[in-house]
Amino acid sequence: MMDFLLAQAPALLLALPMLGAFLTPVLGRYSETGRNAWVVLVSFLTLVTATALAWVVYTTGTFVYTFGAVSPSLGIPADSGGIPIRILFAVDAMGAFMALSASIVGFAVVLYSLSSVRKLSGKDGYYALLLLLLVGIFGMVCTGDLFNLFVFLEINSLAGAALVAYRIDKGVAVEAGLKYAFISTLGGLMFLFAVGLLYAQYDSLNIAYIASQMAFTFPDKIALVLMIAALALKAGVVPMHFWTPDAYSMAPSSITAILVVASQAGLYGLFRVLFSLYGVTMDYVTVGWIVIILGILSMFIGVTMAIPQKDIKRLMAYHAVSQTGYMLLGVGVCLAVLGDATQMAAFGQTAMEGGIFHIINHAMYKGLLFLTAGAIFLHTGTRNLNKMGGLGHSMKWTMLFFIIGALAIAGIPPFSGFASKLMIYESVFAFSPILSIIAMVVSVLTLASFVKVFHAVFMGPKQPEFEGKGEVPTPMLAGMAILAILTIGFGIFPQQVVDILITPAADALINQGDYIASVLGGMIA
Amino acid sequence: MNMSKIVRAAAHLLFPAILVYGFYIVVHGHLTPGGGFQGGAVIATGFVLLYVAFSYQRLQEWFRLDAFKNAEALGLLLFIVTALVALGLGATFFYNWMANTGGLFGTPVPFGPNPGYLNTAGTIPIMNIAVGVEVLGAMSVILFYMLRGIKGGDE
Amino acid sequence: MYLNLPFIGAGLLMLIGIAIILMRKNLVKMIMGLSIVEAGVNLFLVASGYVDGGIPPIFTAAGDTVMVYPTVQAMTLTNIVIGIATTALLLSFVIIVYRRYGTADVDGMRRLRG
Repeated sequence: MMDFLLAQAPALLLALPMLGAFLTPVLGRYSETGRNAWVVLVSFLTLVTATALAWVVYTTGTFVYTFGAVSPSLGIPADSGGIPIRILFAVDAMGAFMALSASIVGFAVVLYSLSSVRKLSGKDGYYALLLLLLVGIFGMVCTGDLFNLFVFLEINSLAGAALVAYRIDKGVAVEAGLKYAFISTLGGLMFLFAVGLLYAQYDSLNIAYIASQMAFTFPDKIALVLMIAALALKAGVVPMHFWTPDAYSMAPSSITAILVVASQAGLYGLFRVLFSLYGVTMDYVTVGWIVIILGILSMFIGVTMAIPQKDIKRLMAYHAVSQTGYMLLGVGVCLAVLGDATQMAAFGQTAMEGGIFHIINHAMYKGLLFLTAGAIFLHTGTRNLNKMGGLGHSMKWTMLFFIIGALAIAGIPPFSGFASKLMIYESVFAFSPILSIIAMVVSVLTLASFVKVFHAVFMGPKQPEFEGKGEVPTPMLAGMAILAILTIGFGIFPQQVVDILITPAADALINQGDYIASVLGGMIA
Repeated sequence: MNMSKIVRAAAHLLFPAILVYGFYIVVHGHLTPGGGFQGGAVIATGFVLLYVAFSYQRLQEWFRLDAFKNAEALGLLLFIVTALVALGLGATFFYNWMANTGGLFGTPVPFGPNPGYLNTAGTIPIMNIAVGVEVLGAMSVILFYMLRGIKGGDE
Repeated sequence: MYLNLPFIGAGLLMLIGIAIILMRKNLVKMIMGLSIVEAGVNLFLVASGYVDGGIPPIFTAAGDTVMVYPTVQAMTLTNIVIGIATTALLLSFVIIVYRRYGTADVDGMRRLRG
């Protein structure tokens, strides 16, 4: 059984939530409890599968899984002339890392949803779409095929948009979902056009094969620009961020937590295109600076837009844009010095690790913050900060989780945000001090903003209209607790986490040759 | 509201023909252009034709919306189970475990040009049928929901 | 020269679609624009797989074996299926928005601000 799980992990990672999603509406017609148990079981098994996959990848290297073959390793048929024809998954440390992060958030969100959406109708569709959204994320981070990436990007976008619109909310949520679906479909078409440009030149869709043949011709440059635009849009990077506050604030809070991971899958796609598909063949200094500028813009505009917000989830959504900037900054600095071995060793590697470490930290603490926002919304029925107050008396656990999340996002030790931000500050300072100072200023502004939220929501005297409402139900607290424990754990043991999880993931992106060789098996023509 | 008698009579006449044509496209998916999605879409247009021609109440006497939802779930499950069986046989996900076994859809195909043999291609026709059933269910449900708004049915 | 015509057509379709998305205020028309962009991308994909004088990539009794590329056709079909799902989702959103707001115009949509 264990061997089977380990050998088939990439397929099971997709097949399990897919099967779960298809059976959910059928089960929901007979028994609500049975369906809930089924969804929890499926998301737990998915978490187990993702852990198994990560274990295989971290111990034995990149996992190439070929669909439709007799054996998973038959990526290149003997009579194909060294070209991978079949659809294959190439899960390297970075992909396994993203899948693990997504499955943890997914499990926490499912637990949380058991109580948070209990009173709403159409829960069969809710859970089915939630599992499909997970399928889209897992597919994006596992695949080694460009067209496959597009298909999973669309699954991700469509399931996400339908979930954003799930609480119709007098049509406002549907408006946000419409915006999200429209924008991401346009982005998806741009991506597909870029894939078509690459296929027309290299007669292949396999990322590793195209990377091995990459000549960086004029159509390749157009494809690169289109892909960066499409995936940055999916990740919610300034200036393509305008859908983010709408979609994040109007979606149910549990969904917002998973939308953060869905956006990060777009970020993963961006890194995969930049590092594994193009790598050193492109003008990496220019592209690196473009990524850095996008990161700085996201950081700064995100936080300045967040400060005046009165809607708690809209405020957090702008902070999500701002935090995405940190990841882009770290990775962009690494990209800008990609071909320079001494600078890479001096600070490039650390910048990359900081950026990637920030991805999982952000998924955890931002998910946690959105879940606490949902708990507050369930309690008060409003998202307006001016109408809240005094909740600290009745919601002690929620307040504790909020403090953990807020301190982590502001980069206060010993929480996880501090560890990754410190890595980014140090390495970016060696590259360009001014960028590092901007990053610190943004961090201070983030802290100020969350102090304001904390004061507005939890401090002050008890409000009469929230009288008689206690703490939120246990499943919601359990979902938040999972993320809170990980946020603290990553903050207390950052060195171990970086050594075990982050460094292999960063190396997997930086060493383009290893990625190509693991798929093509040294048969590069 | 019912449409005129001419439209209703034509719908009665055309509906079986559309169904037959759709199923033809589905089961010949591995031999000719077409396949599960295209055939399922053709079948769904047959139900839409009925929907345009007859009133919502008449249609409810003939079909239940739940039946289409069941078809959707059944198609998806058949699809994924066919792919999962391959895992049980020790191959990878989506491995074509029925091809060239001599049984259902298992006749080996001789190399070179041929007029097209129906009983070949292993799991591909099964997947086509699964997709066809899924698409006819899903498309009908979507179109019913949309048309219900236009024809003034209940929310 | 005539082999380049599909690419020019695809480019024109994409430009027309984007122009519609930018210039029209009605949501249904914007979705039409999106569908036209999609048609342009599909045309580009199919055209990029065309081989001069090629036959459809099916093993039939036809004698000639010069075939057009089948992969781009599979990609196009997949994109059409995705496009139908997207369009259905977007249109049902528009129906709901129209019922609640009483308009399908972008200017009437500005309930989300800041």
